[in-house]
Amino acid sequence: MNADAVPSLWRLARLDFDPVRARPVLLYPEGAVLLNDTGKAILELVDGRRTIREIAAVLSARYQADVTADVSEYLSRLAERELIRDI
Amino acid sequence: MTSERPTTLLAELTHRCPLHCPYCSNPLEMVRAAGEIGTEDWKRVFTEARALGVLQLGLSGGEPLVRKDLEELAAHARGLGLYSTLVTSGLGLTRARAERLRDAGLEHVQISIQDSDTEVAERIAGVSSVKQKRAAVAIVRELGFAFSINVVLHRANLDRLEAIIDLAAELGADRLELANTQYYGWALENRASLMPTRAQVARAQVVAEAAIARYRGRMQILFVLPDYFERFPKPCYGGWGKLYLVVSPDGRVLPCHGATQITTLSFDNVRDRSLDWIWQESSAFRAFRGDSWMREPCRSCPRKVVDFGGCRCQAFALTGAAENTDPVCTLSPERGTIDAALELHEEAAEYRYRTLAGEPRRV
Repeated sequence: MNADAVPSLWRLARLDFDPVRARPVLLYPEGAVLLNDTGKAILELVDGRRTIREIAAVLSARYQADVTADVSEYLSRLAERELIRDI
Repeated sequence: MTSERPTTLLAELTHRCPLHCPYCSNPLEMVRAAGEIGTEDWKRVFTEARALGVLQLGLSGGEPLVRKDLEELAAHARGLGLYSTLVTSGLGLTRARAERLRDAGLEHVQISIQDSDTEVAERIAGVSSVKQKRAAVAIVRELGFAFSINVVLHRANLDRLEAIIDLAAELGADRLELANTQYYGWALENRASLMPTRAQVARAQVVAEAAIARYRGRMQILFVLPDYFERFPKPCYGGWGKLYLVVSPDGRVLPCHGATQITTLSFDNVRDRSLDWIWQESSAFRAFRGDSWMREPCRSCPRKVVDFGGCRCQAFALTGAAENTDPVCTLSPERGTIDAALELHEEAAEYRYRTLAGEPRRV
């Protein structure tokens, strides 16, 4: 996905927290992806309105480093699994 | 003690079902209504499953809609944070019922269809059902549920795979599971009538792959080659007692839904024991964890960490010993039993329909 793409979460997927494993988790039909805190921070900003560039800008400010390539790569990997859509 | 944590619970709420599909994965000896565990039992099971680490819940059967407490169970599951799927034929899903389930927090509904051809679909289901299924689909879409369609594939419908896929898209499925028949339970009884030809499977694979690409981003399509047509067995649910557990209508806890056919195992019941104890300690769950139970050729095989020797239920059903290599494996000395089954095609498909003992066959 390029920096101008507007990612949205697959409407069948839901971001949640798993208290048993103490990890954020992305749930969808018959599947789950355990996330780390970075993944969670990215997915919390995915709202079907922000571009990847805008998501990355928020996180780059937070982490004081340019994370655009990382955000793009992370969301592209989820897009390959059809968990993230480019609207 | 095991460090494994299950992610998925299949709750077989009942074996009662209005359909009589000859490929049903339920056991031949089914539980009657009087033998089913109650609402409070199920709620406790869900709570204990969540504490064990379960994230995904399948509300299944039989037909789960015959349980009058389904809404209460769905609400309890949602309260625990479980992602629930209602696995249904669609029969009995009235609008009022669907609204109550939505209000209870049910997220995902999976409806089965048997074929794109109405006549064949109803011959497989053993009952008039297509019209009711279409009505259920309309309700599910209107109420905004996440929506999957499941189709079991076999000789009588495989040649219409493209039409089936297009129908699922037309019906608005977010997700389509194309499930090649697995030969356990009723399906094993009907194997010669259900078994596709190699040519059918080869064509279906081409059709499925093209459709996966064509519908990408609109409808997610899952298609897995049937194991009889592969060289190596499937890693059944990621290995025995690793990720998956099933609670049968009478409260017995199984490592997979076919496990009761392994008659050398006994299964503990949630009426007597906690789910945690059963997962950690019960003889059935410990029987095939790890690899110390394996015989040759699995024991010294590098693939044992990939496929765990395949399916224990299939090994038992076809070779007589659950410790044997799944005979689907070309390294199994008993692969011949699979190859012989691939050549068995009864001229006209005569199904033995799924029925409770003594129940009349409504076909």
